[in-house]
Amino acid sequence: MADSAQVAELLEHEEKKSLESREFGFWVYLMTDAIIFALLFASYVVLSKNSAAGPTSNDLFDLGHTAGETVLLLVSSLTFGLATIAMAAGQSGRVVQWLFVTLLLGLGFLAMEMVEFYGMIAKGAGPGTSGFLSAFFTLVGTHGLHVAFGSLGICVMIGQVLIKGLTLPVRSRLLRLGLFWHFLDIVWIGIFSVVYLPGVM
Amino acid sequence: MLGRLTIDAIPLYSWVAMGGAAVTVGGGLAVFLLITYLRAWKVLWTDWLTSVDHKKIGIMYVVLALVMLVRGFVDALMMRAQQAIALNSEGYLPPEHFEQIFSSHGTIMIFFVAMPFLTGLINIIVPQQIGARDVAFPFLNSVSLWMTAAGAGLVLISLAVGKFSTAGWTGYPPYSGIDYNPGVGVDYWLWALIVSGVGSTASGINFIVTIVKNRCPGMTYMRMPMFTWTTLCISILIAFAFPALTVVAAQLALDRTLGFHFFTNGDGGNMMLFANLLWIWGHPEVYILILPAFGIFSEVVATFSRKRLFGYTSLVYATACIAILSFTVWLHHFFTMGSSANVNAVFGIATMIIAVPTGVKIFDWMFTMYRGRIEFHPSMVFTIGFMVTFVIGGVTGVLLALPPADYLMHNSTFLVAHFHNMLIPGALFGYFAGLNYWFPKAFGFKLDAKWGIRSFWFWIIGFYLAFMPLYVLGFMGMSRRMEHYADPNWQPYLIVAALGAVCVLCGIVCIAIQLYVSAKNWGSARDVTGDPWNGRTLEWATASPPAPYNFAVLPEVRDIDAFHEMKLGGVAYLPPGRYEDIVMPKSSGLGPILGALSFVLGFAMVWYIWWLAAVAFVLALVCVGIRASDDNTDFVLPAAEVAKIEAERLGQVTEADMHDMRDFQPIGPASGAPLAGRV
Repeated sequence: MADSAQVAELLEHEEKKSLESREFGFWVYLMTDAIIFALLFASYVVLSKNSAAGPTSNDLFDLGHTAGETVLLLVSSLTFGLATIAMAAGQSGRVVQWLFVTLLLGLGFLAMEMVEFYGMIAKGAGPGTSGFLSAFFTLVGTHGLHVAFGSLGICVMIGQVLIKGLTLPVRSRLLRLGLFWHFLDIVWIGIFSVVYLPGVM
Repeated sequence: MLGRLTIDAIPLYSWVAMGGAAVTVGGGLAVFLLITYLRAWKVLWTDWLTSVDHKKIGIMYVVLALVMLVRGFVDALMMRAQQAIALNSEGYLPPEHFEQIFSSHGTIMIFFVAMPFLTGLINIIVPQQIGARDVAFPFLNSVSLWMTAAGAGLVLISLAVGKFSTAGWTGYPPYSGIDYNPGVGVDYWLWALIVSGVGSTASGINFIVTIVKNRCPGMTYMRMPMFTWTTLCISILIAFAFPALTVVAAQLALDRTLGFHFFTNGDGGNMMLFANLLWIWGHPEVYILILPAFGIFSEVVATFSRKRLFGYTSLVYATACIAILSFTVWLHHFFTMGSSANVNAVFGIATMIIAVPTGVKIFDWMFTMYRGRIEFHPSMVFTIGFMVTFVIGGVTGVLLALPPADYLMHNSTFLVAHFHNMLIPGALFGYFAGLNYWFPKAFGFKLDAKWGIRSFWFWIIGFYLAFMPLYVLGFMGMSRRMEHYADPNWQPYLIVAALGAVCVLCGIVCIAIQLYVSAKNWGSARDVTGDPWNGRTLEWATASPPAPYNFAVLPEVRDIDAFHEMKLGGVAYLPPGRYEDIVMPKSSGLGPILGALSFVLGFAMVWYIWWLAAVAFVLALVCVGIRASDDNTDFVLPAAEVAKIEAERLGQVTEADMHDMRDFQPIGPASGAPLAGRV
């Protein structure tokens, strides 16, 4: 049996290699997720005029509200970026602080989205009303679900940074979570430009 | 408490359905009792179910595929029997049961036979072909397997609890919507697809990363074996196409469960959206099933012709072309559903273009055989049978690609004959060839060749008997999926087709006998060198069955036929200077647990048992969280242990076991110069 220092070195070497693969794999995963969104966008565009005598996008969308959501989500991407910079500098306390701010912004976004959904459903414009609203709730809701899972991931990562510190695997996971979070930003910009803007024009 | 699950779910409506339920439950019970009797639960759990070793996962995939093949084939046999006797009569199957059978036959054969079969073969072989020790994500691999198994479990349990879909394997709305199909059948279909589809997507990602990142030194892209190339192409197809299946299945599930209006008749739904999204997945899926088989044929034909593969580069480009073109033809599945003539023409031409790279491949394989010294091993015989039969299917495919012709043939048995003519030789024969070819690699002994040849003859004769009459019936105007009919001219053809199905049954029995006979005589057919067929690619450089780490020392590759070159150089069986410690992934129980939870989730969603679905979902999230926080997933196999395993293996290899390489000195260009040597 080789001595334990050698074994530890070997394990670390393999870990580095494996983390590199994980980052590449995560990019591929994001591509698959991008296709899910692309098809939900396509479905929305096909169905967006099918309001079936129910409320149309002009009746329902409130750009001010959407702008608020957009600000929360874009700023949360900035704060996640700041967490990543803090990670590069090795300041685990800072990382946790910025992650916490990101989490709050993400939850704020979700809260605003819930308010919007709830308001629409209360007005009789739920997803079962028309093809347009089915596609709207599915597209925007799928994005919201992603934000919710991302928030859960931030909670897990805050725990990991606090307990384990900024070890190699924790850094890698944090980077991948960051990719995921920024990806959701990009999707949101798509939603803003394909769903909300044309919807009120 | 139990949603819509009541005692009525037990299929008492027909004796045939009850029989199916009894066989399924009885089969499960028999397996359970057998394992208990053998006291094998602990071994099964620690050595197999929780294993993350790609070879064991691959074997479990293939076992799943073979079990489901029997189930799917019984469906086929029942349909052929029904149609053979149902002239002006009800036959023996009530219409609703017949509809369940053709729906489950298609679903099972695509998702739970072909997909696990090819994923299993890829799992066993590809890491070895690229000189890797495992896939990039061994644990994810285990999750993929168990999610596929969970989907198969949902289809199987629908026999005993409730009913399966009656909407065909493509489940077009509005018929598959809640208004016309209020039962649980379509939900079983949907959740089986969603659960196994997520598993397949993860497999695709896994193999993209494995092939891009884990190749051994010197294994450039243009030195990868053809099977690895086809795997790379289909993994990319899976990653791009399967999300579409997930989306379309989720949308239909939302329509059915929560009253959404994606595909409903009224309230702004649009069922053409379903057809488009389904086939944006569905057409690439055809190539996902067929391309790996093309890879297998390429390996087999080179090995058993004793020649280098002809036109390697053109085969690579043809594969990539097919992969790209597969995304440009989906509309040909619904030419008759209202697109303009111009749109139909574009998709028709794109469809015909795919025949070109496919033809390139056929010629490459024929030129590989040309002047080769062909050995009629079962896998080679399956390959030749494929080449002859597949061309017929290709020709009828080009015929169907013409929109005006398609208007006549659409939805007829001509179409049924066409796609079986592609998928049975094009996919299944390839997997059988792979089974015969790589079985010794997985288990350390050869399969019995005699029974392999017999199974081939039953399969191919059965295929022609079963499907050539369907081509004719299509021209005679018979629609697919008919439970009974009134035209007496059709019956003789349908009786012949039924005989064909019986013939295929004999083929399946032959495979079972082949496995049994081979297992009984394994000692006399042992594969000592790990290279029973004088193979050319790296998977033959490992032991049979391979050590857990595959390669004690990662090989260096300088040629397309890497192992062939090592044998010529006389370095194939030399022990390396020294061994090193090897890092291996630890087994994990979370894979099967996640599979079980996704099964419970699917089952609960089918029956509207919301609390159970929520519990399963939260538990699954917890499992993922646990895994995402685990930094201790590997262990080290010490060099001394590696040296022991390798010494034991190399000690068994004697000069007499090795292949005589003298005849196989490459002479002239690789394009078919005659081989000198013994006549």
